[in-house]
Amino acid sequence: MMTDKNKTIWIEYLVFLCVVSAFGLITENTYYLQIMTFIGINTLLALGLNMLMGYTGQVSLGHAAFYGIGAYTTAILSGTYAINPWLALVCAVAAAVLIAFIVGLPTLRLSGYYLAMGTLGFGMIVNIVIREWGDVTGGASGFVGIPVLEAGSLVFMSGASYYFLVWGIVFAAIIICRRLLASRTGRALRAIHDGENAAVAIGINTHALKLEIFMFSAALGAVAGFLYAHFVLFISPESFGFMFSIKIVTMVVIGGMASVWGALLGAAVLTLLPEVLHGFAEYEMIVFGTVLMVVMIFMPQGLTRGIMDIIRTARRARA
Amino acid sequence: MQEIVQYLFSGITTGAVYAVIAVGLSMLYSSTELINFAHGEFVMIGALAMVTLWVRIGLPLPLAVAGAVAAGCMLGLVFERLAIRTARNPQPITLIIITVGASIFLKGAAMIVWGKDPFSMPSFSSHESIEIFGAALLPQSIWIVTAALVLAGGIHLFLKQTLTGKAMVACAVNKKAAWLSGIPSEKMGILAFGISAGCGAVAGIFIAPITMSSYDMGTILGIKGFCAAMIGGLGSLWGAFAGGLLLGILESLGAGLISSALKDAIAFVLLLLILYIRPGGLFAAKEAKRF
Repeated sequence: MMTDKNKTIWIEYLVFLCVVSAFGLITENTYYLQIMTFIGINTLLALGLNMLMGYTGQVSLGHAAFYGIGAYTTAILSGTYAINPWLALVCAVAAAVLIAFIVGLPTLRLSGYYLAMGTLGFGMIVNIVIREWGDVTGGASGFVGIPVLEAGSLVFMSGASYYFLVWGIVFAAIIICRRLLASRTGRALRAIHDGENAAVAIGINTHALKLEIFMFSAALGAVAGFLYAHFVLFISPESFGFMFSIKIVTMVVIGGMASVWGALLGAAVLTLLPEVLHGFAEYEMIVFGTVLMVVMIFMPQGLTRGIMDIIRTARRARA
Repeated sequence: MQEIVQYLFSGITTGAVYAVIAVGLSMLYSSTELINFAHGEFVMIGALAMVTLWVRIGLPLPLAVAGAVAAGCMLGLVFERLAIRTARNPQPITLIIITVGASIFLKGAAMIVWGKDPFSMPSFSSHESIEIFGAALLPQSIWIVTAALVLAGGIHLFLKQTLTGKAMVACAVNKKAAWLSGIPSEKMGILAFGISAGCGAVAGIFIAPITMSSYDMGTILGIKGFCAAMIGGLGSLWGAFAGGLLLGILESLGAGLISSALKDAIAFVLLLLILYIRPGGLFAAKEAKRF
């Protein structure tokens, strides 16, 4: 039996797969493929944070920390100690989840701006540790010598193969998030978003659930970090700093909170925008700042909701 | 002994700067419940405006200071009018992103106006440094601490003694009730924005001679200011001030006695400890705790 809602979900997945594979198969230009790969990596980050921020209502200004933990764990294990990168992926996710557990235990008891500042502090500390622990991480000058990913005879080099690897994982992550949100857990998460006291009252263990979703988003962040590290093959602390945490938050908010496709749209916009703005040269920052402000002022619900509203008003005006 | 006194001096100096930044943030938060991520950029504007007015144009010192503060206030008011007030139905997270956008915008604008190179600036007075317990006390340190005390004292008097100040406190306690009793709460928010941006500019003006000023100096100072305000207690004037001093001193001692590499981490470790143990801040009045 297939309900209407199920049908639309399947159609959405089908459209997504068609667009992604069509782009990957047709495009020869490595620059475009590279940008699309970055969009995929950022989508993973935005998806993870969206689960925490959009659905559960817990703001995190330190999400780049898990991205960095994922990237550096795999870099150190596979680069320095020559461990199989796929095994390093497991370790990276485990490390991020463990740290999320330890940090989340006290931090997630906070709320509002206090939670925001707590996660900000955590993100800054992780970044400082990466920068100052030079013997292991390469310090401020970065980590060189990350091996290329291989699976059997398949080598994932920049280009179409890496593009398909990343977007395959993005597709899997979207399905996992969707299934999770449609479950009892998903409803509980939304209940926490709407009113934590009410959620406690109807028997939801809010602290445990917030912690679990924090760990889940950390795991997605670590996977993104792993993909990033083996894609660019050189990482440095700046890529995982405070400004990047803010950028992930912006992806979620600009795309539209509490929307899986919104995360994808937000990641795409925020990845493409700097590329487009290169043309403005020194005016790049001014334009970028203005775009952020204007979108937030006029479409506080994000682009997905904002554009849908515009279409709806246009339809109504025509009728 | 001599070393520790020296660390204390430099700690109190940077601490006073953090204190001024934190006071501005705290004022704004208590009147509007807004956390302004662009606050550090007003510090940057203050410092760079000072470079232009005092060093380049050669205005007399008091005039240059007044001009730089005015520039900070004006920018703050323009930002409030254009970006904050136009946002309808603002959620905290939307406002955070708007202020982040403003921060990037101001940084970009400053990069075009002043270029990418950092500027240095001479000290405000050419006195020799004073020696106490064998440690050198720079005249600029005295300037900074005096300015911070005068500023915080002035704001304190303003809030406690004038009608407008009392109206602002009323808005901070309960906006709706203040509005019902005839206080134009929206105007108070604007005023708070002006004062807060002005505080930022003051911090920038006084820090300019002891550090290099450049278009990207603001972000980290702004974040340290948040830490200070959080440590002292968001929304409390003297709490924020004390938080700033404490942070400056601990950073300086930590950098000197433990490791300079970890200097930046101290602020954040302290922030997390405070949040875990006493989330309202060290010196917060009870009503300042909102969450």
